[in-house]
Amino acid sequence: MKIIKKIGSYFLMLQKIFGKFTKWSVLRPLIFKDIEVLILGSIGIVAFISFFVGGVVAIQTALNMSNPLIPRNLIGYATRQSVILEFAPTFMSIIMAGKVGSYITSSIGTMRVTEQIDALEVMGINTYNYLIFPKIVALLLYPFVITFSMFLGIFGGYIASVYGGFCSSALFIEGIQIEFIPFHVRYAFIKTIIFSFLLATIPAYHGYYLKGGALQVGKASTTSFVWTSVVIIFVNYMITQILLT
Amino acid sequence: MIRVKNLYKSFDNVDVLKKINAKFEKGKTNLIIGQSGSGKTVLLKCLLGLLNPDDGKIFFNEISITDLKSKEKRLLRKEMGIVFQSSALFDSMNVQENIIFPLRMFTSKTEEEMLERVNEVIKRVNLINSNNKMPSELSGGMQKRVAIARAIVMNPKFLFCDEPNSGLDPKTAIIIDNLIQEITKEYEITTVINTHDMNSVMEIGENIIFLKDGIKEWDGTNKNIYNANNAHFDEFVYSSEILKKAKELMK
Repeated sequence: MKIIKKIGSYFLMLQKIFGKFTKWSVLRPLIFKDIEVLILGSIGIVAFISFFVGGVVAIQTALNMSNPLIPRNLIGYATRQSVILEFAPTFMSIIMAGKVGSYITSSIGTMRVTEQIDALEVMGINTYNYLIFPKIVALLLYPFVITFSMFLGIFGGYIASVYGGFCSSALFIEGIQIEFIPFHVRYAFIKTIIFSFLLATIPAYHGYYLKGGALQVGKASTTSFVWTSVVIIFVNYMITQILLT
Repeated sequence: MIRVKNLYKSFDNVDVLKKINAKFEKGKTNLIIGQSGSGKTVLLKCLLGLLNPDDGKIFFNEISITDLKSKEKRLLRKEMGIVFQSSALFDSMNVQENIIFPLRMFTSKTEEEMLERVNEVIKRVNLINSNNKMPSELSGGMQKRVAIARAIVMNPKFLFCDEPNSGLDPKTAIIIDNLIQEITKEYEITTVINTHDMNSVMEIGENIIFLKDGIKEWDGTNKNIYNANNAHFDEFVYSSEILKKAKELMK
């Protein structure tokens, strides 16, 4: 019963975000600030994780190819498929639920416990729009982060394969080109756009409706990470079922 | 002027406000006093429209806030200023940005006009040379001054203060109390202050209502506190030995 109530209030919150709009001149700097914190601030960790995970995927594939009849270009193929289909859009989003999500929950949650949201409300501001909308807009750039992650993941696989002596550069490049289906990239970006919306709104919900003090801000950040991850994994399953089968 | 008529509010079947009737007058510092848990904050939040009462009406100059639609409520809120207990300054903005914020949101003034108004209120609350400081760099008293400046920058008709001197030393608390009273007179505002500080009651209590367990038990001014004939009110006012002795001396 409690969970249904929470889902209901989440959707009501979404409706209110797109209610009365804040002045563009006030909203614009907030959007730029959120782009800086949420998008540019995530590039470093995305680059690091993508490069090394891509490398690990390539090494694992190579080590599990014991049959000499299996062509070595499969390493490039497996790396490309793993990175584009799942690692970059889905697992990077789960990592971002920890980084970006906990930032959103704690920043909005702190505003709630220090009565800053009450102050905004008393001024007659649509706090949903003022606080959450800039984050949704900033995360519209999230597909660029994922593109970067895809590139670095495959590049990491290339470096690990070629310099690790698992296959030649030509074979890896051949592998990443064989049986390429452009729709898979489109599928990955459809997922990414949906995940970016979830990444902005689920943590915002946990911050906005937070009750209590500083301790609850920490608890809400953890809860928001868990729920964002659960929803991303579930939505990932649904989208895969709908688009790829 | 604000009028409260038969206001009732409960949470989880616990009655917090029981049929409150009160009148908060224009140009006066109106105080809501009572022990913690007496319903003061709930009453203030109902006045602000942050909580919807279960029953009863609240009139702002004959306009019933309880009957207003959210859009109309938002318009009325532009005429309200509030000083929160924690000051509620936006911690990502400096003093000037905090004060200019309502002007940016709701007016079409030029940057120069807005800055002129900000400097005017900064001067009024004696906060000179603090424009670029962040809230974390300010003392409790200075944060309260910024909160007051932000609350009055839009020339509100109604000013609400939730325990404005909590966490302040007695001397600073009285300075803040007097500042609020001066502003109330100067701008002809209806000011409602929620407090349990007896110094404030004695200093600026021009119109006082006393709440006990959600019931309004007494109302009056700081002039007739000594003649109040209410056991709960006496218990609240003369809670310390020094005040008991003061009362005996007065007698």
